[in-house]
Amino acid sequence: MTHIEDTFERLEHQTSEGAQELKAHHEIVVAGGPWPELEGEGQTMIINMGPSHPSTHGVLRIMMELDGETVVRAKPIIGYLHTGMEKTGEELTYVQGGTNVTRMDYLSPLSNELVFATAVEQLLDLEVPERAVWMRMMLAELNRISSHLLFQATNGMDIGAVSMMIFGWREREEVLRVLELITGLRMNHNFIRVGGLAADLPDGWQDAILEVCDIVEAGVADYDTILSENPIWQERLMGVGVLTTQQCLDLSITGPLLRSTGYPWDLRKAQPYLAYDQVEFDVIYTDNGDCYDRYRIRLYEILESVRIVRQCVARMPGGDYRVQDKKVTPPPRARIDESMEALIHHFKLFTEGFRVPAGETYAAIESPRGEIGCYVVSDGTGKPVRMHVRGPSFYNLQAMSPMMENRLVADAVAIISTVDPIMGEVDR
Amino acid sequence: MGASTTPSDALVARFEGSVAHESHGQSVVYLDRAHLADAVAYLRAEEEFSMLLDVTAVDHLRDVDRIVVDGVTPERFEVVVSLISHPRVLRQRIIVEVPESDPSVPSLTGVFAGAAFPEREVYDLMGIEFTGHPDLTRILMPDDWVGHPLRKDDLPARVPVTFKGDPGPR
Repeated sequence: MTHIEDTFERLEHQTSEGAQELKAHHEIVVAGGPWPELEGEGQTMIINMGPSHPSTHGVLRIMMELDGETVVRAKPIIGYLHTGMEKTGEELTYVQGGTNVTRMDYLSPLSNELVFATAVEQLLDLEVPERAVWMRMMLAELNRISSHLLFQATNGMDIGAVSMMIFGWREREEVLRVLELITGLRMNHNFIRVGGLAADLPDGWQDAILEVCDIVEAGVADYDTILSENPIWQERLMGVGVLTTQQCLDLSITGPLLRSTGYPWDLRKAQPYLAYDQVEFDVIYTDNGDCYDRYRIRLYEILESVRIVRQCVARMPGGDYRVQDKKVTPPPRARIDESMEALIHHFKLFTEGFRVPAGETYAAIESPRGEIGCYVVSDGTGKPVRMHVRGPSFYNLQAMSPMMENRLVADAVAIISTVDPIMGEVDR
Repeated sequence: MGASTTPSDALVARFEGSVAHESHGQSVVYLDRAHLADAVAYLRAEEEFSMLLDVTAVDHLRDVDRIVVDGVTPERFEVVVSLISHPRVLRQRIIVEVPESDPSVPSLTGVFAGAAFPEREVYDLMGIEFTGHPDLTRILMPDDWVGHPLRKDDLPARVPVTFKGDPGPR
């Protein structure tokens, strides 16, 4: 007599009603035992990771074909955050365009603004003053620090070092506080405008920036102690998601992913823009191309950015923070109170914008995620015909399939995390 | 070879109907679309162009003014390909004119596998076919979407905004 029948017998003595109920459902009483074997050898299963999964960093969906726990094929499926920003960019004037592009890569908004402003300035043949160049460089590096700090936080969280989530956000918040002091906003600044910047540096900016540099350096030293030599951390990341240089070149992969394969390509060094040829810094690169190397590169890039920021603070030139070209620069606020012409000028600039001569250009800079490019086509009016942004994350996502195939599902999380895709920039 | 002449000169000499042009200090070559994949393969093999950076397209339907390059017949669409040579620290842009009646160009996926995503994006948003692409499907828009949003005649207000329980237009 099995124990189920035994149970029925006991229940029958207590209450007949309940026992009958149980008897009626006799077939579905779960008695445990092994799961039925899948029919046939090597049968695979298709599973979707995302679009709403905590470790997919937004709304990335990965379709995986699994054989047991091994990923046979992986395919990233995107478009869940597509908001038509390139189409919107065609409806906005060049003055308004900054507010649009800044929302693409929302973790490094200043890179987006910088590349858009650079492209439009190329079309206008504008040269920005030296102070504007250095301010832009300093802001871009501060932004790189905040972006890489957030990577440290989310990467730690994904791998299982949950305290990193708090540490990374804590230091990033300090950097954002400085950006707020300078630009007025924590994110989506719209501070880098065509022809210069929106405002000059506020009082006391040196002290605030030097203070945050110290905080960040102490933070990075902490992360290094907590993570770099940690055996669990190394076990999860070393040798996982290996990319070769050839794969990166084939798949148009730039940024820390490319540098982790032993290929020291950084636009700041290779094709210096702004004043990167006048500051001292090193390009961080490693040889293994795995998740651990990508983590290390981003960690040490923070320190290099701090180095650049310190040099910017020490050597910030004086002068104007925007070009004094009446075509693109609004009159000073004080002039508007006393001059009708200045008021009209200001009004025209912010309602109609300025006209850009017909032409096409491609500008590129090194964002925290790789080469971000902006292709702008003008037809001589106040709005671009085409405003295309080459988002580095969009291209870097192509590395998902070669990295994940024949690895375990658990490694997929580490791989997604160290690619560090920003879906706002992927889907635009 | 290649080191003595610029890549754009080499392309003009090699492919019939191509025109070299300089746009804001950047080297551009206008190419016959039939030669696109061959030209990119040539740049990769012979001129050390190590990476394809970008594939995008422009719709010139409603241009008020447009740059005219001698020897190039302007068409409605332009497909723009950006390449970089890491060893030579050079950038090269290739533009091909694509007529409205037959919007198709040869795919670059055979030369650079990384062209897969950007070509799907151009197909999705601009409706240009890439012949030879292994998986030419929509990438950003839903699979059942009708039209190509970045075309100038696909206006933003084309999709009516509907609300649940909306009684409809009065």
